Amino acid sequence: MIEVRNISKSFGDLQVLSDVSLDVREGEKLAIIGRSGSGKSVLMKHLVGLLKPDTGHVYVDDQDLCCASYERLRELRKRFGVLFQGGALFDSMSSFENIAFPLRYFSSLSDAEIETRVQDCLDLVNLSDVGAKNPSELSGGMRKRVALARAISMEPAYILYDEPTSGLDPETSNTINDLINQLARELNVTSVVITHDMHSVLEVADRVAFLHNQDLEWVGPVAEVHDCASPNLNSFVRASEYKIGDPSPTSPLSEPSP
Amino acid sequence: MDALSKTYTPPGLALSPPLDVPFQTAARPAVLDSLLAPFRALGQYAILIGRAFASVDEFRMYWKNLFIQMVRIGIDSVPIVALAAAFSGAVLTVQTAYQLETPFIPKTIIGSIVAPSIMLELGVVVAGFILAGRVGARIAAELGTMRVSEQIDALEVMGLNSIGFLILPRVLAGVVMFPMLYVVSCIVGIGTGILTGEVGGFLSASEFLEGARQFFQLLDPLIGFIKSVAFGFIVTSIACYKGYYTGGGAVGVGDSTTQAAVLSCVFILVADLLVAMLLL
Repeated sequence: MIEVRNISKSFGDLQVLSDVSLDVREGEKLAIIGRSGSGKSVLMKHLVGLLKPDTGHVYVDDQDLCCASYERLRELRKRFGVLFQGGALFDSMSSFENIAFPLRYFSSLSDAEIETRVQDCLDLVNLSDVGAKNPSELSGGMRKRVALARAISMEPAYILYDEPTSGLDPETSNTINDLINQLARELNVTSVVITHDMHSVLEVADRVAFLHNQDLEWVGPVAEVHDCASPNLNSFVRASEYKIGDPSPTSPLSEPSP
Repeated sequence: MDALSKTYTPPGLALSPPLDVPFQTAARPAVLDSLLAPFRALGQYAILIGRAFASVDEFRMYWKNLFIQMVRIGIDSVPIVALAAAFSGAVLTVQTAYQLETPFIPKTIIGSIVAPSIMLELGVVVAGFILAGRVGARIAAELGTMRVSEQIDALEVMGLNSIGFLILPRVLAGVVMFPMLYVVSCIVGIGTGILTGEVGGFLSASEFLEGARQFFQLLDPLIGFIKSVAFGFIVTSIACYKGYYTGGGAVGVGDSTTQAAVLSCVFILVADLLVAMLLL
């Protein structure tokens, strides 16, 4: 379980997060949404200890990231897989080597076992035959799936997705959304999805946390996102509705406003 | 919170080092901030390099990276260093011969000026400048791109010490390979000097070598060697620092690359003077 307790973060004069508290429950898929620049990615970096809050604490499995030594932090980070916005694949390596990279450094697997594990990960993201290709030879969606394969190669307990569908066409976005659901189901991981894509939220999330003006304005089940008391979230959802056009009949977006 | 109470947090003391840093501009008056900026940068640089060397106990994980960097920094730089050394040696011989064109000075003096000049100064400084452009810019651009494309974050999230993995092998490779390039530079520079003297009809190879031998001091190549180690450290560590703390996108990478090359050249000149003053 990840517990965020009263964290605030500023960069110079710019306050990005103010007294934010949030729980990420075991096994759930939590979507953190908000407008661009609302601090979603900054919050995500706090979850994995890439940023240190000015005030407040982040606990991962009851261990405080903010007080942990760098060595302890590195150990805690191994419980995470992170899908970065651009994939963050190492462009000097093939897809295979990218996925094998953490295994070579942090597992005792033999080369043959690593090969099997990498292929399993590639199979899981439906890219069985791209192992030999360099990231520059892959499309945006494929790069994200290879990055996802790398993120799951060490069998993490938590997977953080930073804008997993941004810049992708709707069909590829659906593929990524399906993958997030599939991985959560098959690997039994806790997922945190940072996004402003409401379609993605509705496809994958169990719960939603809405960031607005440096603050966590609303947290609740995805089914209640349309009926919430937050005018800012309603406005955000309406804007997405307009953007989507004709939401699916099963989507909470299509339900009439109260 | 009082704006002035927000102070800079040195990287890596409690958490992952780098990631707070690109945004670190504490809220304080602009003039004070400008005055403090060089000291802050110096502190950042010292901590980064200190952390790189502190991770030496994990080096068994990263040693392959050292050999890759030794090839990229050293072996791949041989042609350009040799080219620069060749022209330096040739020009120095021609110009020395021109200035000493008098029957009262023996021709061997040309060799006794050109050879020590190359060993003591020209061979190492020209190589240093060339490498500040070639190696420094490359390292800064490489690490800067890794920073802005979140590849360094990805390394950290995997549990790797990104400083140990990325910086230590590059700095060590620079310190090891620059002296090798210095040797190449000296051999090629003096060799070209001899050849130019012979082909240009200024002096024969034997006269050149006789002059070089006449005034040879072991201290000359030793000082050149010490300078090359210092320049190797300066170029690679500054480039790593600039690349590692790159902020922004493509513009940030461009700025880091330029600053790495320029700062390396400046500090090469400073180190050149310091070594000369201390050892001569």
